[in-house]
Amino acid sequence: MKRSAKDVEESASILSRRGLILGGGMSVMTGILALRMRHLQVNQADQFRLLAEENRINIRLLPPARGQIFDRNGLMLAGNEQNYRVTLVRDEVDDPEAVLQAIARLIPMTREDMDHAREELRKRSRLVPVTIADRLSWEDLSQVAVNAPALPGITPEVGLSRTYPRGADYAHIVGYVGPVSDYDLSRIDDKDPLLQIPKFQIGKTGSENKLERALRGKAGTKRVEVNAIGRVMRELGRDESQKGANVQLTIDTRLQNFVQARLAGESAAAVVIDVETGDLVSIGSAPAFDPNLFVRGISVKDYGELTGNKYRPLANKAVQGTYPPGSTFKMVTALAGLEAGVIAPDEKIRCGGYTELASRRFHCWKRGGHGRMNLRDSLKQSCDVYYYELAQRVGIENISAMARRLGLGMRHDVPMSAVAGGLMPTKAWKKENRDKDWVIGDSLNASIGQGFVLASPLQLAVMTARIATGRSVTPRLVKSVDGVETPLEGGEPLGLDEEMLRQVRGGMFAVANEGGGTGAATRIVDKSLRMAGKTGTSQVRNITKAERARGVFRNSDLPWERRDHALYVGYAPADAPKYAVAVVVEHGGGGSTAAAPIARDIMLAAQVDGMPPLSAYPSSQRGRIRSSLGKLNIWDPDDPRPPETQA
Amino acid sequence: MSYLAYNVKSVPSGFSKVLHLNWPVIVLLSAIASVGFLMLYSVAGGSMSPWAEPQMKRFAVGMFLMICVAMVPVWFLRNIAGVAYGLSVLLLLAVEFFGATGMGAQRWIDLGFMRLQPSELTKITLIMFLAAYYDWVDIKKISRPIWVIIPVVIIALPMYLTLRQPDLGTSLLLAFGGGGIMFLAGVHWAYFAAVIGGAAGLVSAVFESRGTTWQLLKDYQYRRIDTFIDPASDPLGAGYHITQSKIALGSGGWTGRGYMQGTQSRLNFLPEKHTDFIFTTLAEEFGFIGGISLLSLYVLVLVFCVISALSNKNRFASLLTMGIGLTFFLFFAVNMSMVMGLAPVVGVPLPMVSYGGSAMIVLLLAFGLMQSAHVHRPR
Repeated sequence: MKRSAKDVEESASILSRRGLILGGGMSVMTGILALRMRHLQVNQADQFRLLAEENRINIRLLPPARGQIFDRNGLMLAGNEQNYRVTLVRDEVDDPEAVLQAIARLIPMTREDMDHAREELRKRSRLVPVTIADRLSWEDLSQVAVNAPALPGITPEVGLSRTYPRGADYAHIVGYVGPVSDYDLSRIDDKDPLLQIPKFQIGKTGSENKLERALRGKAGTKRVEVNAIGRVMRELGRDESQKGANVQLTIDTRLQNFVQARLAGESAAAVVIDVETGDLVSIGSAPAFDPNLFVRGISVKDYGELTGNKYRPLANKAVQGTYPPGSTFKMVTALAGLEAGVIAPDEKIRCGGYTELASRRFHCWKRGGHGRMNLRDSLKQSCDVYYYELAQRVGIENISAMARRLGLGMRHDVPMSAVAGGLMPTKAWKKENRDKDWVIGDSLNASIGQGFVLASPLQLAVMTARIATGRSVTPRLVKSVDGVETPLEGGEPLGLDEEMLRQVRGGMFAVANEGGGTGAATRIVDKSLRMAGKTGTSQVRNITKAERARGVFRNSDLPWERRDHALYVGYAPADAPKYAVAVVVEHGGGGSTAAAPIARDIMLAAQVDGMPPLSAYPSSQRGRIRSSLGKLNIWDPDDPRPPETQA
Repeated sequence: MSYLAYNVKSVPSGFSKVLHLNWPVIVLLSAIASVGFLMLYSVAGGSMSPWAEPQMKRFAVGMFLMICVAMVPVWFLRNIAGVAYGLSVLLLLAVEFFGATGMGAQRWIDLGFMRLQPSELTKITLIMFLAAYYDWVDIKKISRPIWVIIPVVIIALPMYLTLRQPDLGTSLLLAFGGGGIMFLAGVHWAYFAAVIGGAAGLVSAVFESRGTTWQLLKDYQYRRIDTFIDPASDPLGAGYHITQSKIALGSGGWTGRGYMQGTQSRLNFLPEKHTDFIFTTLAEEFGFIGGISLLSLYVLVLVFCVISALSNKNRFASLLTMGIGLTFFLFFAVNMSMVMGLAPVVGVPLPMVSYGGSAMIVLLLAFGLMQSAHVHRPR
């Protein structure tokens, strides 16, 4: 079709006009784009630069190596060993199951290990390395490392894990570490970012727990550049972590091992203290357990066995357990009486087998009575009636005050879990806690360490050390931290008259060495090693009239949990005390038969710093002693071989 | 026929046509493509593969094709406009039935030697066809309803087919490109007012339909709209693209972080860093100055197109050139708006810079048409 020139003219002018309008529109839009670009890149540049850096830079914590723990001679009790493990990042593999199967062909993996690995892979983020095999041998790790190119997402790693080369011997003293739990975080007020690391190991019990701050060290940091999926591209800078402080304990490993071996088979505790310094050279509690099990992650079955055991292996009986001290308390009553001047050492009190008071009979352990007793004899034969009389003369407040001076009824500050304060009752205490008035019968019971009185083996050892020296011996478990010696505390004179102490010590010597003494059967014949001591048998309950009627008189007729506790406290050498010991055998029966032999063996071992010499025993006992000592599970402390786990 | 009106003798012939090409546009396009090569080299971590080298080859092929098309007389192009349009609609239908699905959307046909995206081709053939239509239709009838409905159908058909693929970005580009030609040709204002009003109604209908049985868009398209409106609502999920893109742009500052020093792209925080989001890498590494420079290059191309169009006395050639300029503008404006958080992420590449075969070749073919119009302009 042919168009008129006018039409062509008009259409061209419309096109030009509209073209310019459209061009204008495009210019406006372009201007908006330029302004937006300026807004983002100039006005907000700083903010976005920061965001870009935050995107890119990740700060990773470098966990410090945990401080080691040594015994007084520098033997390692808790250390860090290299732990070879294999980790898998889920995001880097297409088929994790195939990789797991490939790994299982290279290294030994049980069905549980595999299930555990699958579970972890499912639960954790796709980007974090999940440990699929732990505690590998160097050979196994090498196997994986060599085959790594064929195993996508797999990384062989070396980490540090806690190890306790002395095993069960230090289960209660050193304790163990474990992964920090939500409960730990809620309980402790600690802002340390290390605790936010999943599965970071912290001290759970014992010194590991109490000395956590010193042992943990300080976290380091490293700044890494990560890509969008979180993979580390390179390291930008690093601030090294600071290893935790090394801690040296006062315990002597050779003696500790002997004590644990000697206590094995019983539910018992023993504490050995250096009477000059207060150093705790051994703290035994049996049965024990292997703390390494807890570090590796204890199985439900093993844990069930520990918690279900009626001998309570997890409890540290030496400091947590409190027992009526029984006759081992009589020195306290004696010293209270002597100091108050209500009795003279030579004054004799007649024991007729019981004391009748307010129409109630308080029996002596010896039915027929001991006859006329002076102080020395009353200790030697452990006459109860003598102390009933003393209690009436001196009163509970004096007895209680004396007990406190000797370290009972107070919590000693040693870094172990759940250190018990025991109980030393007063009239006010009973009013407050039992809402009843103190009666004279309470004093009588307390005078022989029964009734309300409770003490831990640690407290009894401190008491014995204080009697042996007349000084306020204060227990010390930590010898040094990071090479800095822990200052000795206490040691000042108790202000007790030396003559009084001599009388009491004489009684204790008689117990352990003289014919008729309750501990004479366990005497030491080597004069330089002789000990002084006191037996104790504390009733868990009274034998009821009904039982008496059924003919139950003896302990061995009762079920285990209702038998008497056997106790023994002592110090040696008798004439120049060096060590004090306290032994408690739970439900062990008589102190002289169950606790005293253990105390004697421990005292000999402590004094000779090795196995007790047979020559120290009465010749008639040597054959039996030789065979029983030979059966003990003793190992050379210099032997690097890990000990067998004790039952 | 109207081409007989031209004084054919004054139009260059033979190889002398090459001298009459719009050389400034060619130089500008080459400069823009070179920026693309530079950026593709950078996002590959300083490597020609996998992106920079194939892109260079395609650019060479595209340039050759552009010059070939430029040699074709513009009146011939006008005569085949209808056929070209019909062919591309058929190809769109073919995608519907034989197309392969890439990235969840069915968009291309595998021709063996290259993957053809008919939707790309349609952007050009639609412009051609509409330009030819308005060249043919009488200027007096132009605003009569019947003569308005015809181009609307011409636009709506490929729009519908691309929307079905689904490719919202191309669909909208077709609408804007086609609408632009209608506007330029002189269709009455009232129609545009009505369409804008209708579009507003449609948008509200789209939002209203969400979650109902007659839902108009796919869920992922709704999510893109959501994150466009508030990218912070889901910074690690759907809003991730926009958030990271803005961080990259913003952290560039005035002068940028230096060539190949952009942490956002190097560490893969940027999604689609070699295709739709390549502008963010440029802005991160060369800053505001780099971004504005590229924008200026685009604007210059546009200026030359508009000058060429307005100085061309042939109505078809003029409309075609304006249409191609408009399409080119829509490409870079939508892409930049998208990466700067001004528009939803609709999947429009940055022209001549983003990695991608058919987009670049089709764009260069379009500039071949523009060159042909320029070379064969009445003198």
